[in-house]
Amino acid sequence: MAPETLIGISLGLPLVAVVLVVLFGRMPNLRDGCSGVVAGLVFISTVWLSTTVFSGGRPQWSLGEMLPGFEIAFRVEPLGMLFALVAAGLWILTTAYAVGYMRGHHEQHQTRFFVCFAIAIFAALAAAFSANLFTLFVAYELMTISTYPLVTHHGTREACRGGRVYLGILLSTSIGLFMLAIVWTWSLAGTLDFRIGGILSEAVASGRISQTGLGILIGLFTFGIGKAALMPFHRWLPAAMVAPTPVSALLHAVAVVKVGVFSVLKICIYIFGLELLRESGVSLYLAYVAGFTLVVASLVAMTKDNLKARLAYSTIGQLAYITLGAMLATPNSVIGGGMHIAMHAVGKITLFFCAGAIYVAAHKKNISELDGLGRKMPLTFAAFLIASVSIIGLPPGGGAWSKWFLAIGTVETHQYWLTAALMVSSLLNIAYLVPIPIRAFMKSPSSSTDGETTAKSSWFSEMQEAPLLCVVPLCITAIGSVALFFAAQWIYEILLPVTESASAMMNIPGSTPGATK
Amino acid sequence: MIDAIDSHLAILLIVLPLMAAPICVLLGNGRAAYTLALLVSILTFACSVTMLDEALEHGVIYYDLGNWHPPYGIEYRVDVFSGFVLTFVSGIGAAVLLYAPMSVRDEIPASKHYLFYATYLLCLTGLLGMCVTGDLFNVFVFLEISSLSSYALISLGKTRRAPLAAFQYLILGSIGATFILIGIGLLYQMTGALNMDEIAARVPHEDGPRTVLVAFAFLTVGLCIKMAVFPVHTWLPNAYTYAPSVVTCFIAATSTKVSVYVFVRLIYGIISPGFAFNFLPLDTELMFFSLAGIFIASTAAIYQDNIKRMLAYSSVAQVGYMLLGISLATPTGLSGGIVHMFNHALIKGGLFMVVGCFVLRLGSVQMSDWKGAGRTMPWTATAWVIGGLGLIGVPLTAGFISKWLLLTSIFEAGWWPIAVLMLVSSLLAVVYIWRVVETLFFAEPSEAAAMATEAPLRMLIPTYLLIGGTLVFGVWTTYSAGIAHAAAIALLGEAP
Repeated sequence: MAPETLIGISLGLPLVAVVLVVLFGRMPNLRDGCSGVVAGLVFISTVWLSTTVFSGGRPQWSLGEMLPGFEIAFRVEPLGMLFALVAAGLWILTTAYAVGYMRGHHEQHQTRFFVCFAIAIFAALAAAFSANLFTLFVAYELMTISTYPLVTHHGTREACRGGRVYLGILLSTSIGLFMLAIVWTWSLAGTLDFRIGGILSEAVASGRISQTGLGILIGLFTFGIGKAALMPFHRWLPAAMVAPTPVSALLHAVAVVKVGVFSVLKICIYIFGLELLRESGVSLYLAYVAGFTLVVASLVAMTKDNLKARLAYSTIGQLAYITLGAMLATPNSVIGGGMHIAMHAVGKITLFFCAGAIYVAAHKKNISELDGLGRKMPLTFAAFLIASVSIIGLPPGGGAWSKWFLAIGTVETHQYWLTAALMVSSLLNIAYLVPIPIRAFMKSPSSSTDGETTAKSSWFSEMQEAPLLCVVPLCITAIGSVALFFAAQWIYEILLPVTESASAMMNIPGSTPGATK
Repeated sequence: MIDAIDSHLAILLIVLPLMAAPICVLLGNGRAAYTLALLVSILTFACSVTMLDEALEHGVIYYDLGNWHPPYGIEYRVDVFSGFVLTFVSGIGAAVLLYAPMSVRDEIPASKHYLFYATYLLCLTGLLGMCVTGDLFNVFVFLEISSLSSYALISLGKTRRAPLAAFQYLILGSIGATFILIGIGLLYQMTGALNMDEIAARVPHEDGPRTVLVAFAFLTVGLCIKMAVFPVHTWLPNAYTYAPSVVTCFIAATSTKVSVYVFVRLIYGIISPGFAFNFLPLDTELMFFSLAGIFIASTAAIYQDNIKRMLAYSSVAQVGYMLLGISLATPTGLSGGIVHMFNHALIKGGLFMVVGCFVLRLGSVQMSDWKGAGRTMPWTATAWVIGGLGLIGVPLTAGFISKWLLLTSIFEAGWWPIAVLMLVSSLLAVVYIWRVVETLFFAEPSEAAAMATEAPLRMLIPTYLLIGGTLVFGVWTTYSAGIAHAAAIALLGEAP
């Protein structure tokens, strides 16, 4: 099949899922089956598409001009392909998990839930494949709107308040700052296309934008993309945790937040160009903001007793890693950032799955209540531990590689304070993640005193895991986060073409990952 | 036969509703009058579409009334711009009529139904006439027809405040109309012509004599009153709030837009933008007043508990966006302003229709009575959300298209502080729209809301016609932004 068609199919399938879910809304089994099958098909088509992209192809597909001069168009490049693969792959698992969770929990409005879910995936894929800033912005906003009903799913006052913060911050940053930055870029460059080497170099050379202006512009972009949750625009992420756990899992560990940092990366690479950023150094102050965010978020995470809130702050910190990588703009840091999108996605979704499984099986929300629960839910907590290792950045977790490249980036640019921030943050990660499984396995349940007397033989009879549809996905993602450790070389080679400078691209037309430096 | 009708479309557009109105009165029966009115409004829509199509293909359509040629007779003149405005005004006129019967039955005493439809047709006649005519005095005549009939329509409101609101509008509207008449008189004195093209050809465009300045000033202020530009908008909130729902839908979607149309004609077709914006500082003034209006009216909207009043203030703010585009005098800016006339007509018409649905079921426009209505009337409430997103200007809605065009043209002109202000102002819309969304979906249902049932299909379908339109024209802009661009090019091109 032609890669162009595959783009259309990958984007169209989630919309098909929307229609099917609405049609079969009254037949839950058929409805959820459709969701699952479509998710599988989307994954297959993205994998198929990736074979072309990773061997150097750059398929394009244009939907036509929405306004004169502003086109809705898609062009798949490695970074977006990687993101699309992660999103599509995790969609399958999340669909399975969501079915288990929503039913185990007897949630209302499941049809609306799955509809919004599919739209959000559509938006994520559209953003991943976008060929220009205009398309990216449209997809970004669609994502905000379609996830609002998911965040406020419970319809309680608390959900309403969370939704208000969510929508308020995301809409106001995107309209007030992001859109402004896009129009400014357009007025400078006369185009919004993503190009290797950026589109602003000419405007800089001709003096139409000063260094200060450039610094402001990238600030507008980075803060305007509120989904990247850079402080001080991070409040929406904890607020969004009122959502049901599958939403938190896919959207606030994978789709929504990753669309944010992905956009930041893409803008740094294809709008500004890494060379321009590196030479002018205008983005360095944002690297420090990111450094600040990742340390402070980790510190805040330590104070949270609510498991989901702690994970939310952990996400804020991990997103700042990616932003940091983008802002340093060296090949290694950008590859580290891109890699961390995948690594963190798989790791964090496992953690959220675990949080949800604990809630479904034991109705526990707070970390202080988890004592001894590891005996009842060994698989869940084992998965939690493995994923924590990956998030912290220890081998054999995938996160080890991405953090390694990011650290190299800080050393390359001689920003040793940032290196220190990365190290401190990793230590803090250990401090706030590892105690959770340890507590669950080692401590005796506070309520029952017979914890110690329980014989080893009855270990399995005690098991009270969440429904199978919840446990299986989280085991798979936990294994995945280890598997990624061994796939790092592959990801590195995939992402390498992204970091090539414009001049290198011209020397080697249609260059492939084989073009070593 | 077809050809014969084809060449008389311009006058049919006026004659049909004008003749149908007295027939409605003669019929004396609400249902019969409604059927006639609906039929006529659909016919006028068909006429407008045909003419727009022809204007797009073959250029301007001229029609001499009674075969008297221009300097002596009245000439009707339909170009792309007027065809565009005609089309959406008559289209929304028909959609509102489609929506009307249940709401009218609920809000207007049965004995007055036939009079209501007759007046409605007269108002439509006036609005269409203002767009179709090429004669400045004729504009005034039609303006009065539409104004007088809208005073009558507004006073039909249920509460006793409606007549007062209509009276308030009558006073300010008459001042505006008088100013316009004085302006026309002065222009006539200077040029001896009433035909717009003739005036444009004869009026001095370089630092004209004081008479022209004064004429222009009178016309501008008069039209600003009719457009409800801040700070002469004071008639609008009361008029929109106390009029029957159907009337509010119609007037909010069309009336101010037609005044904006006349204003654009005045600047680009008669006085020339060079005179207005370079010789006179009208562009800076318009920009100041539109920005002030956007901020003050949007802020006022946030504090309203009466939802109709809230939307009314939002209308005042939205007129600001149109003026902002007009004052830019660039192709993109002007087309942004023009397309916003259309997009806002769709959005605001749709939102007021939603209000009408809620009024029918809940009997109130107070926010407190709407609490929790999203649970019992999900479709109506969803329409509110979509329309609201359009008003905010979220991508994939029509509102985004116009805001984007305005924003890019402001940046082209290099006025980035204004771009920043414009973006900040659209955040105010988020606040007032979302206040209602939260009330609808998250609050504990009020007594009325808990008992309410979904709005009837007869009202929901026309509502979704307009609300769906905001989505369609948010993605597919060939017939909105495309035509607006063509109109803007034509307007700027013909400016001497």
